Amino acid sequence: MDESWEKAKAVFATLGVAPVAWLVGFFLLPLAIIWGYSFGENSSLTEISVNGTLSNYVHAIKPLYLGIILKSFWFAALTTVLCLIVGFPVAIAITFASPRTKGWLLMLIMLPFWTNLLIRTYALMAVLRTEGYVNTGLGVVWSALSHLLALFGHPLGPFHPLDLLYNNFAVVFGLVYVQLPFMVLPLYAALDRLDRSLIEASLDLGAGQLTTFRRVVVPLAIPGIISGALVTLIPSIGAYLTPDLLGGPSSLMIANVIERQFKTANDWPFGAALSFLLMYMTFLAIAVQAIVTRNRTRRRG
Amino acid sequence: MAQSPTKSAPGPLEYLRRWPLRLWLTAVLVYLYAPLISLMVFSFNKSRATIVWRGFTLDWYGKAFTDSDLVIAFANSLTIAAVSTIVSTVLGALTALLLWRFRFPLKTIFEGALGLPIVVPEICMGVAMLVFFTQVMPWPTNLAWPLNLGAIIISHISFSFSFVAIVVRGRLASFNRELEEAAKDLGAGEWRVFWDVLVPHMAPGLLAGALLAFTLSLDDFVITFFTSGPDTTTFPILVYSMVRFSPTPEVNAASTILIVLTVGLTAFALWISGGDVVRAEAGD
Repeated sequence: MDESWEKAKAVFATLGVAPVAWLVGFFLLPLAIIWGYSFGENSSLTEISVNGTLSNYVHAIKPLYLGIILKSFWFAALTTVLCLIVGFPVAIAITFASPRTKGWLLMLIMLPFWTNLLIRTYALMAVLRTEGYVNTGLGVVWSALSHLLALFGHPLGPFHPLDLLYNNFAVVFGLVYVQLPFMVLPLYAALDRLDRSLIEASLDLGAGQLTTFRRVVVPLAIPGIISGALVTLIPSIGAYLTPDLLGGPSSLMIANVIERQFKTANDWPFGAALSFLLMYMTFLAIAVQAIVTRNRTRRRG
Repeated sequence: MAQSPTKSAPGPLEYLRRWPLRLWLTAVLVYLYAPLISLMVFSFNKSRATIVWRGFTLDWYGKAFTDSDLVIAFANSLTIAAVSTIVSTVLGALTALLLWRFRFPLKTIFEGALGLPIVVPEICMGVAMLVFFTQVMPWPTNLAWPLNLGAIIISHISFSFSFVAIVVRGRLASFNRELEEAAKDLGAGEWRVFWDVLVPHMAPGLLAGALLAFTLSLDDFVITFFTSGPDTTTFPILVYSMVRFSPTPEVNAASTILIVLTVGLTAFALWISGGDVVRAEAGD
């Protein structure tokens, strides 16, 4: 039904000029400048000369930075897997709920993701702090247990709070907290489209619930798993706030390093190279997803 | 699949009636909500400590409302969100109409570029905007309010309007083109068709897109972090420095206000759009 642009040039121009100009001028151009800078070096305090050097990229794959890039990827992958494990049963529960309950559950899963990321991260800090809820709760349990054991002459001694905040654990905990809704929604979308008679057939033919889950539900939910993994993985790799507020000195992720190059270290060319490496990683993830999805649809004819 | 709920054992597909799944679902909901609810509860706490309950007070709200930095930051955020929403909605609607109606050279490339603001990591876009507004188009710092917010507004529009375009395009997909043809047969010009036929059909999508742009702008921290200056603090930027340097229940009070505002707007958006917003956000 598409009309050729040549048929109504005036309308085409009216619609097209502003969006194209904005996208090029205020989005693509800034990115292009960063891309250019990634091949440049600081020539004075405020000047950057773009001379085609690859030194920034070479610098970026030195062990220190390569380690941080790999760690970002590892944190993101771990977050994705944890979200999948935590989110899959939730998606199943939503899919098979009655229409009324379904609406409420979807709303409940979505609401946190409409709440400010910064606020959610701040809320987690109160949970994980040394004198936070988890440690306070554990302390109460510990002292009760200690009193009980003292009756038998074996008190447990003082409670040592766990270090839950400002470390790698806190970062992954926080990433899962933030990304979980992104995983549940695509999973739910895939499971909801699934033909339920297949599950019933499998159960009728004698497969148990677990076998049915493993051999029928999961394979059919693959498209949802893939898109859920992608929308969880991409924001996690580039996460800035979560490692910044919840992490310790050793849990820097790539976004934090980029921020430092621009705000404190004043090495823009290097920061630009890191930004583009992060972007290439993102594009790679999207490309892999596209290829996997295309191969699957082709196989099914 | 209409299984009537009975008191008997759960049917094979009534997973929600099985206790392991109920337990799991409850645990996940507690995980998602307990931190947020306690954050809101402790905004009414008498003590400075953010985790021991010492009695009910509204003092922190009083403090938040009289904290001029906070009020200014809040006004800045709302202004930025309002302007960015208006421009993003117009740009997004134009983009959606363009893609819906026309076939043109490089269309695939344009669509790809349009998807970029959605997938590019926020930090990359943030530093790109920082460089752009220091090197290419330095934004004057001595402008009167609200013009001094220009750089932030421009970057917010850049990442919002693609989302609006997706929501509106989704809405346009359900448009019956025979209506347009009928209007033209009856003598309506392009403009008349646009206002009297297309816009009414697009309206729910436009509203949903606008609310999405509004919440995206109000929520943004990373990109604003790189485009704001000392005189152009937004609400998330200020809350960030409070969280970093002096986390008192005033932060909780300010956060509660923002949560109530965004949740209210979102509920409204969902109710209006019947789910378009969510599908767009989930990248579906």
